[in-house]
Amino acid sequence: MYTRSEPVTTPVHFTFEGRPMQAQAGETVAAALLAGNVGAFRDTPVSGTARAPYCMMGTCFECLVTIDGRPNRQACMTEIREGMAVTRQKGAA
Amino acid sequence: MSRKDLCIVGAGPAGMAAAVAARQNGLSVTVLDEAPRPGGQIYRDITRAPQQRQALLGPDYRAGAGLAQAFAQSGSVHLAGASVWHIEEDGAGFVLSYSTDEGSRVVEANALIVATGALERPMPLPGWTLPGVTTTGALQILMKSAGVLAESPVLVGCGPLQLLLAAQLVAAGRPPRAIVETVPAENMRRALKHLPRALRGAGYLVKGAGLLARLRRAGVPIYRDARDIVLEGEDRLEAVSFRSRGRAHRIETGSAGLHHGVVPNPQVTRLMRCEHRWHDSQRAFVPVCDAYGESSVPGLFVAGDGAGIRGARSAALAGRLAALRVAERAGQAASPEIAKLRRALARDAAVRPFLETLYAPCAQALSPAEDTLVCRCEEVTAGQVRAAAKAHAPGPNQVKSFLRTGMGPCQGRVCGLAVTALLAESSGRSPDETGYFRIRPPLKPLSLSELAEFVPDEE
Amino acid sequence: MTPPRASDLLVIGGGLHGCAAALFAAQAGLRVTLLEKDSVARHASGVNAGGVRRLWRDLEEVPLAERSMQMWHRISDIVGEECGFHPVPQVKVAESEDDLAFLAARAERMRAEGFTHETIIDRKELRVLLPAVAEHCTGALVSEDGFAQPFQTTRAFARRARAQGVAIHEGQQVRRLSHEAGLWRAETPEAVWTAGRVLNCAGAWAGGIAAQIGDVAPVEPIAPLMMVTQRMRPFCSAVVGVARRQLSFKQMPNGTVVIGGARLGRVDPARNRTDIDFRELAQTARTAREIFPLMAGAAIQRCWSGIEGRMPDRLPVIGRSARHESAFHAFGFSAHGFQLGPATGALMADLIATGRLAPEIAPFSITRFAASAEAQSQTRRTS
Ligand SMILES: Cc1cc2nc3c(=O)[nH]c(=O)nc-3n(C[C@H](O)[C@H](O)[C@H](O)COP(=O)(O)OP(=O)(O)OC[C@H]3O[C@@H](n4cnc5c(N)ncnc54)[C@H](O)[C@@H]3O)c2cc1C
Ligand SMILES: Cc1cc2nc3c(=O)[nH]c(=O)nc-3n(C[C@H](O)[C@H](O)[C@H](O)COP(=O)(O)OP(=O)(O)OC[C@H]3O[C@@H](n4cnc5c(N)ncnc54)[C@H](O)[C@@H]3O)c2cc1C
Ligand code: FES
Repeated sequence: MYTRSEPVTTPVHFTFEGRPMQAQAGETVAAALLAGNVGAFRDTPVSGTARAPYCMMGTCFECLVTIDGRPNRQACMTEIREGMAVTRQKGAA
Repeated sequence: MSRKDLCIVGAGPAGMAAAVAARQNGLSVTVLDEAPRPGGQIYRDITRAPQQRQALLGPDYRAGAGLAQAFAQSGSVHLAGASVWHIEEDGAGFVLSYSTDEGSRVVEANALIVATGALERPMPLPGWTLPGVTTTGALQILMKSAGVLAESPVLVGCGPLQLLLAAQLVAAGRPPRAIVETVPAENMRRALKHLPRALRGAGYLVKGAGLLARLRRAGVPIYRDARDIVLEGEDRLEAVSFRSRGRAHRIETGSAGLHHGVVPNPQVTRLMRCEHRWHDSQRAFVPVCDAYGESSVPGLFVAGDGAGIRGARSAALAGRLAALRVAERAGQAASPEIAKLRRALARDAAVRPFLETLYAPCAQALSPAEDTLVCRCEEVTAGQVRAAAKAHAPGPNQVKSFLRTGMGPCQGRVCGLAVTALLAESSGRSPDETGYFRIRPPLKPLSLSELAEFVPDEE
Repeated sequence: MTPPRASDLLVIGGGLHGCAAALFAAQAGLRVTLLEKDSVARHASGVNAGGVRRLWRDLEEVPLAERSMQMWHRISDIVGEECGFHPVPQVKVAESEDDLAFLAARAERMRAEGFTHETIIDRKELRVLLPAVAEHCTGALVSEDGFAQPFQTTRAFARRARAQGVAIHEGQQVRRLSHEAGLWRAETPEAVWTAGRVLNCAGAWAGGIAAQIGDVAPVEPIAPLMMVTQRMRPFCSAVVGVARRQLSFKQMPNGTVVIGGARLGRVDPARNRTDIDFRELAQTARTAREIFPLMAGAAIQRCWSGIEGRMPDRLPVIGRSARHESAFHAFGFSAHGFQLGPATGALMADLIATGRLAPEIAPFSITRFAASAEAQSQTRRTS
């Protein structure tokens, strides 16, 4: 669904749901996940339906994930870091 | 704790230009922006994007490099990654509480320029919460900040940003699948009466025509006057269906970008209880400001798209103007540049009525169908809001108490205008009479631990 | 259309107390008009923490709270709506053996007075009730109380009052109240309203109304601070306080956690304005985290406050005016008047309609301030 138009020159390694992934240094967690073809970022606490980034600028809170055990992190506003463990936010944290 | 002459929230064109001008006039300045790097929306990541990506994004993007450099050299303190979550008046000025990776702190200043820009107008259509459906701006942000491109997106809606992104994707060799434009034919007729005035800012019109020509050459299909739009899919977007000029269409795609204009980001000015008025042609609330950008709260200026949508060039001019006014207040002689800036702003605004009429927001999304969600966080439909309005809830804050619209994590950023519009529609009252959500701190959710450790009186 | 401006009873203030009293007065056969300066439930009654609490009340308030509690349990019979009422335990947690002894003494005292709703639970029982409570907590004082949705509740009383014939007028600020030729005259910017009797339920603003008719009531406007988190997994099914610290903590059915605790913000009643003081809220956050360590990761979604009237002795003013037979007051609930709404409304209506003063409200006469004001001016004169 999304692809990189540039090669990864400064790789950063992280995991999503335990799966190893790679990103370009300096980009956001959301960009890294979308480039890695992650579809759903979270399930809503209300109905449990899947959601993914909508605005990419910190407005909509659809990109909430858990990062290194901390829930409710905006993936689109958080820079990816080496070794991060990212997981889906399932319902209420 | 040291107190600054001026604090600026937002490091887009308005904020950066304000900081540069204020420093030139000897003021001490702190700029806070929640983004890790300066630039704002238009120049996002301009200091980091590789040359090749900059070339694809075009000259208007690259134009930000000079401003970003002047800002970097201005001697302003730039707090990057600093999200402002509360502002208080303390008699002499303002105290801003902000959050970074290291926790929350405060800064104080005698004057404040709010340069928090615009938000994309939310576009509640059936299926708009499906993964794969984003705003058009989101697709552009992916491109600007990461060189990540959506595969054959369908761009739904209208407005200059829609065409700009389409052209940028064409330049990147990855054209959109289609543009599904929601502009009814009569809009052009209505807009024509604003054309003579718009010609004073002909540069914008030439640019727009250029974009359209490029899209035509690249063979991007444009469906006009689209209605009955549905974003289809089970647990992710599979297709966009709609009617255009009497014919039904269905385009399979995993990505759709929605856009029908941008609106002022109301969070800070509402938090500060600045007076706001409905702007009929922009279809949004704007803070009431004087000719220099000072709001109804003395010492609080609003510059850039947050004061009403006028684009990046005007944002920089308005930022500069506000900063010169702050300098004048701080005891400097009035700058002769002020009159020049005001004339330039007037010239730059000439094109707006034309654009606002032509690209008026999509009717289907302004008055969504009963079962379309308007509040994405709390999953509240347009029908529920209308029913609450009829039963017992005359204002947005009462609807919030009943339905929790605006109580989820986005704090009403996404559903705010839709709720006002639905209530105004149900009651027949104007948006001004209907009002808007009361915005309460923190402006962004704050972890309880961060609050527990917040000791504002110690630096 | 000009509304009928003469009635038997004029109620000033559309909070829970005004709406409840209006409803019951109408049921008792009076023609009632209610004037509200903003909108119904706009202030304390619509934004409070929703605690329906008998636990730890001042002894004088307990009989009234008991009576109200009975009404809460049949709230949908009274107003036709559930009002989000949930009967759950109210818990005051002890953080040390010393705390527990302090709470036990209270339970003892209550029993001696004939009240049996407050009981002590030990360390183990506390963990059954609140599995997420911090290690150091040693037990608690508990009573079977509850919580409700304040905005919904107040609106429900207003709706039922309207259905019973009460004329509720919003956006009508009483600027002047006077007694002329046996009638009460209330002037709002748009009209003059008259009635044989008047009830002052003006909350934090009630002191001004009282003063206009010659009554003394030192109402202090305060702004209790509240915060609410994003939705969390269910972990707490009681309303929780702490023995010797200020905390009010509850998880709502939707998962959000509402936290308050007597800490105050800044208030400007003339402008309907409150300002959040995060120095104060930071302390509430610390207490919450110490009692429930899992709160460390909670996300604070929103902070707010409301304007409430507080009396010097933290007890409300309920009853007849000290100066006028036909004027009545119910205000100054000092940040715990939500629970008292139904019973106070019923007993006030009874007093106004029949002249019967119920023992539950007898302790709260406004005359207690008239006496002290008198004393004060005397000491001033003699010194
Ligand atoms: C997604 C998007 C893409 C756009 N792309 C273009 C484009 O390519 N070309 C174009 O001409 N116009 C574009 N626009 C229109 C744009 O609004 C203006 O052209 C221009 O960016 C406005 O400048 P500004 O300085 O007013 O605000 P912005 O550039 O929007 O800057 C506002 C800044 O404030 C910061 N901010 C907001 N709230 C807070 C807070 N509470 N704490 C800390 N920081 C905060 C934001 O992080 C942001 O950096 C876009 C708008 C959007 C929403
Ligand atoms: C943040 C907060 C949390 C609280 N938590 C709890 C709790 O958990 N449990 C509990 O039991 N209690 C709680 N309380 C207290 C409770 O909310 C109040 O005691 C109760 O709501 C008071 O009701 P009222 O009708 O007297 O006042 P209000 O609801 O304030 O109503 C008074 C009304 O009078 C109107 N008015 C004033 N002057 C005039 C005039 N001149 N003309 C016309 N109208 C006028 C006002 O606009 C207002 O609407 C809390 C209060 C606050 C602020
Ligand atoms: S995608 Fe909207 S907040 Fe992150």
